[in-house]
Amino acid sequence: MPALPLDEAGKYVAATYVVFFALILVYVAIIGAKIARIERQISELVEEEE
Amino acid sequence: MYSKGLVPLAAATVVTITAAMALVFFYAPLDADQGFVQKIFYVHVPMAIVALCGFVAGGVMAIKHLRSGDRSWDMRSYVAIHMSIILGLAVLVTGSIWAKASWGHWWLWDEPVLVSFLVVFLLYCVYYPLRFSIEDPDRQARYSSVFAITAGAFVPLNFIAVRLAETYTHPRVLSQTGGSMPGEMRLTFLVALVGMTLLFVTLWKLELTAKHASMQLKRLRNRARVAA
Repeated sequence: MPALPLDEAGKYVAATYVVFFALILVYVAIIGAKIARIERQISELVEEEE
Repeated sequence: MYSKGLVPLAAATVVTITAAMALVFFYAPLDADQGFVQKIFYVHVPMAIVALCGFVAGGVMAIKHLRSGDRSWDMRSYVAIHMSIILGLAVLVTGSIWAKASWGHWWLWDEPVLVSFLVVFLLYCVYYPLRFSIEDPDRQARYSSVFAITAGAFVPLNFIAVRLAETYTHPRVLSQTGGSMPGEMRLTFLVALVGMTLLFVTLWKLELTAKHASMQLKRLRNRARVAA
């Protein structure tokens, strides 16, 4: 197949990079939420101890 | 324990990936054959290489677990495989986008590189039901390690088999003769590969830190319950 024109190729390249960065953002958000939950549970545990 | 060096590692990852993106869009020349679509290569191929190396690393960590009996190695192996599966999914999605742009099809079943990667991906998808169907933690770690080693050995064999296959639709990127990439493209690719490797290690350490903290919390809770 001949090379796609820039306007046609751009959407495929953009989609690829969006998939990549969205994946990282979602993953970091999930881990961040997990760490925040652990932090909250530790605080609750400390309060119970006191 | 696992969080040691995480901040500088994350900073290095951000710097390297930013540099890679700048090189991809402002330095690397347009490919004579594929044109602008070839920019997908700089994210798709490093991701595939890192995902496959992650599977093999998971196998190596599983060997360490079986040799030492230290369950932390099983946890490392599990997180490496988990990370590689996530990257693997992204490889399949970005590969499909590239295939549609280059070949006019979302998927080609007669293309050995695509199908072999799918086979490896599906093989590792079996890891989760295997791992989480076993309740006893020691048995779970042992069986998971055996799977990780066996599947990890399959990854390079699969790679060699694809290389030996006769038909090539995929361009040969890295070869003993240096491939056919110009210097600017090669540099951009290498920076992207380093960035992707750093990203993998950073997320791996981050996930391990969260898992370790969660386990410690569970232990503390049990101790508090016993004390009460």
